Amino acid sequence: MSTTPTEVRTTATTPEPMLPRPYRVQRIRQETSDTFTLELEPESGGQELEFAPGQFNMLYAFGVGEVPISISGDPIRPAILVHTTREVGAVTRAMRKLKRWDSLGVRGPFGVGWPVVPARGADVVIVAGGIGLAPLRPALYQILAARKYYGRVVLLYGTRTPADILFRRELQQWRSGFDLEVHVTVDRAMGNWRGNVGVVTTLISRAPFDPHSSVAMVCGPEIMMRFTVQELERRGVALENIYLSMERNMKCAVGFCGHCQFGPTFICKDGPVFRYDRLQSLLAIREI
Amino acid sequence: METLERILVEHPFFQGMQDEYLKLLAGCASNARFDPGQFILREGEDANQFYLIRHGKVALEVFAPERGSITIQTLGEGEVLGWSWLVPPYRWRFDARAIDLTRAIALDGKCLREKSERDCCLGYELLKRFSQVMVEHLQATRFQLLNVYDAH
Amino acid sequence: MPESETASPASAATASVDQPLRHQFVLEGQGLQMLLDALVSRGYKVLGPTLRDGAIVYDELSSAADLPAGWTDEQDGGTYRLKKRDDQALFGYAVGPHSWKNFLFPPTVRLWQAQRREASFEIEAEQHEPLKMAFLGVRSCELHAMATQDKVFRDGNYADPLYKSRRDNVFIVAVNCGQAGGTCFCVSMNTGPKVTFGFDLVVTEVLEAGRHYFVVEAGTEAGVQVLADLPHRPVLEEESKAAEKVLAQTAGKMGRSMDTAGIRELLYRNYEHPRWDNVAGRCLTCANCTMVCPTCFCSTVEDVTDLKGDHAERWRRWDSCFTTDFSYIHGGSVRSTPRARYRQWMTHKLATWIDQFGTSGCVGCGRCITWCPVGIDITEEVRAIKETDASTTSRKGNSNGNA
Repeated sequence: MSTTPTEVRTTATTPEPMLPRPYRVQRIRQETSDTFTLELEPESGGQELEFAPGQFNMLYAFGVGEVPISISGDPIRPAILVHTTREVGAVTRAMRKLKRWDSLGVRGPFGVGWPVVPARGADVVIVAGGIGLAPLRPALYQILAARKYYGRVVLLYGTRTPADILFRRELQQWRSGFDLEVHVTVDRAMGNWRGNVGVVTTLISRAPFDPHSSVAMVCGPEIMMRFTVQELERRGVALENIYLSMERNMKCAVGFCGHCQFGPTFICKDGPVFRYDRLQSLLAIREI
Repeated sequence: METLERILVEHPFFQGMQDEYLKLLAGCASNARFDPGQFILREGEDANQFYLIRHGKVALEVFAPERGSITIQTLGEGEVLGWSWLVPPYRWRFDARAIDLTRAIALDGKCLREKSERDCCLGYELLKRFSQVMVEHLQATRFQLLNVYDAH
Repeated sequence: MPESETASPASAATASVDQPLRHQFVLEGQGLQMLLDALVSRGYKVLGPTLRDGAIVYDELSSAADLPAGWTDEQDGGTYRLKKRDDQALFGYAVGPHSWKNFLFPPTVRLWQAQRREASFEIEAEQHEPLKMAFLGVRSCELHAMATQDKVFRDGNYADPLYKSRRDNVFIVAVNCGQAGGTCFCVSMNTGPKVTFGFDLVVTEVLEAGRHYFVVEAGTEAGVQVLADLPHRPVLEEESKAAEKVLAQTAGKMGRSMDTAGIRELLYRNYEHPRWDNVAGRCLTCANCTMVCPTCFCSTVEDVTDLKGDHAERWRRWDSCFTTDFSYIHGGSVRSTPRARYRQWMTHKLATWIDQFGTSGCVGCGRCITWCPVGIDITEEVRAIKETDASTTSRKGNSNGNA
């Protein structure tokens, strides 16, 4: 069957997209040595944040700055706003130091999300690299909540080492549900790891899905996404059925500041999720 | 023998090979089985065979004194283990150890080497297939080297 | 392009407002001073060209005497100097380093303030004072530039409230250029020299046979009302013709030209053209071009706190794609080389802008050429790429290692 899903276009529901709203930290969870998850709730009077899988918020650490972070929670449970991020700079370091009941600012949601609904009727291949699993998790939740509409659903997940595997317990739960194939691999491991070792692309050739009737959603470092597309293409997946989530420097998230441009696209409003064929020529140009 | 030949004929790795070569390969083949934790081949030893993994999981490992055993890659069902038998000095460069109970078809690489010297076509058919395996491993290794998940 | 429907608060006074739109009249003598007075009396802050520090810049005008009467400019790549004219033309020059974006999209703006309240904080959006501005002396290229920025800041999915409120309340007195600039190429970009839309009033300055007068036209009701306050009379045919001649002369004396046919595709297929290395050898990435360009809109945000850390503010500042940090993510910049940054600026301006907003980003004002310290000329760069377009050149290795 032909699966060329139309793009999901969503605009922010907030009337004031430039003003952060204070959210309270409910919980901070250390996921791996450099990655943590924040669970937030709106402060009194604040509305719950409805979002589509693949969208992001701008999170503001008071007095420090703002960063774009994908939403990694369940879209049908908007009461808790979940963000998983690596600790890589001043703002995320400040966020890591927050305690329960502390506040941070939230602007959003912004961007175009994963084609979860348009993918109905097809197999779904989700390929995640490293922190890339976080922006894909909401899509997985949404697919599993409407599982009967999809064919085979496969999650291929690669990280650097076993210690970097995110959401371990959830991965095991998903796998044990019998309706989702979960394959995990690591780039390198010490002796007591009995799982796969090798880059995530090595999982693609043997993954159980029909390449001629699949939608692929890919998220991770850009090199990983490019190599993944190569393998998916080799396996027979049409380029119009592959979706990537792109990342660039962002300041405003509403298409004014110009920072997130990637060729003619604004990652903040034309993306971050893109159909691969739209990006194909751009990805081949260095320093574009 | 007959069963082995059928397995080889059906295996994607040997697809397209002439019947006479498949018969020849079957003649150099035998069943192999490795218990979990058992070494299949050791670094430095002579490389005189290769394996078609039928079932199970194998780890390619290297041992560093201060770090212990490091797994470079795992191979599973349907994959081919070992190409050092084709390339001088015909010595294994890594350890390979079964992680799970592993069944494989072992093929006599030394015998095939000698036969290939006499029959170039056989040599080409083998090299054609193995070069693809090597390229894929090379590509994957280069990707691994990029350490894409590291914080920069 | 559609006429501007700039709504202006209705003026209290005025006589007969039967003058139809787009009919030409003549202003003489004190006409321009009276125009200023009429605008001031309606509560407008009047901004226009004045002479300062050896350049003609936009600033508040307190009277018509502030206009640079009798001055002209000589512009070329990396060159700008003023010269005295042998007449007293009020608008006898091209454009200077300022553009109207300085007022509609100010270089620094506070977006909000925040105060810590125990573990939380409270955000207070900036209440921007509604500002009624009148722009006097707006050129056709500048009207096109404003329309272009409208698409970015006002007419997209989100509107910038400050831009919108200023833009919707601005009164525009446009000027048909009587002097082509040394780096102008509005004719190539179809953005002038004739003003065709977006104005409340438009004037053409005519100096001939000892006379000095302005042919004036109203473009909106607001313009009609202001004109009604000024002593004016219907234009004579020879005056109208004289105004047309001024425009024709200007159009014929453009300092530069650019062939825009197929320019989008030209740049899309030449991302690896050797010319980019060539210009990278000259470009200082000083960002002057982006500061003076009337359509460049990139900005950044700065979060600041006081020493105690209880009070925070977010400011928006102009930014430039030429800065090294502009494209910084994850420990490095995507465009780390000057080659990549110049290429980004030029292909954005002339090609990707078209995909984003439906028009070119360039209005042919020539400011980037004039104010580039090394005189890089965007029209020259296009010409060079066109000459050895990828479709006709063999692909050879270039300095970034591509083979």
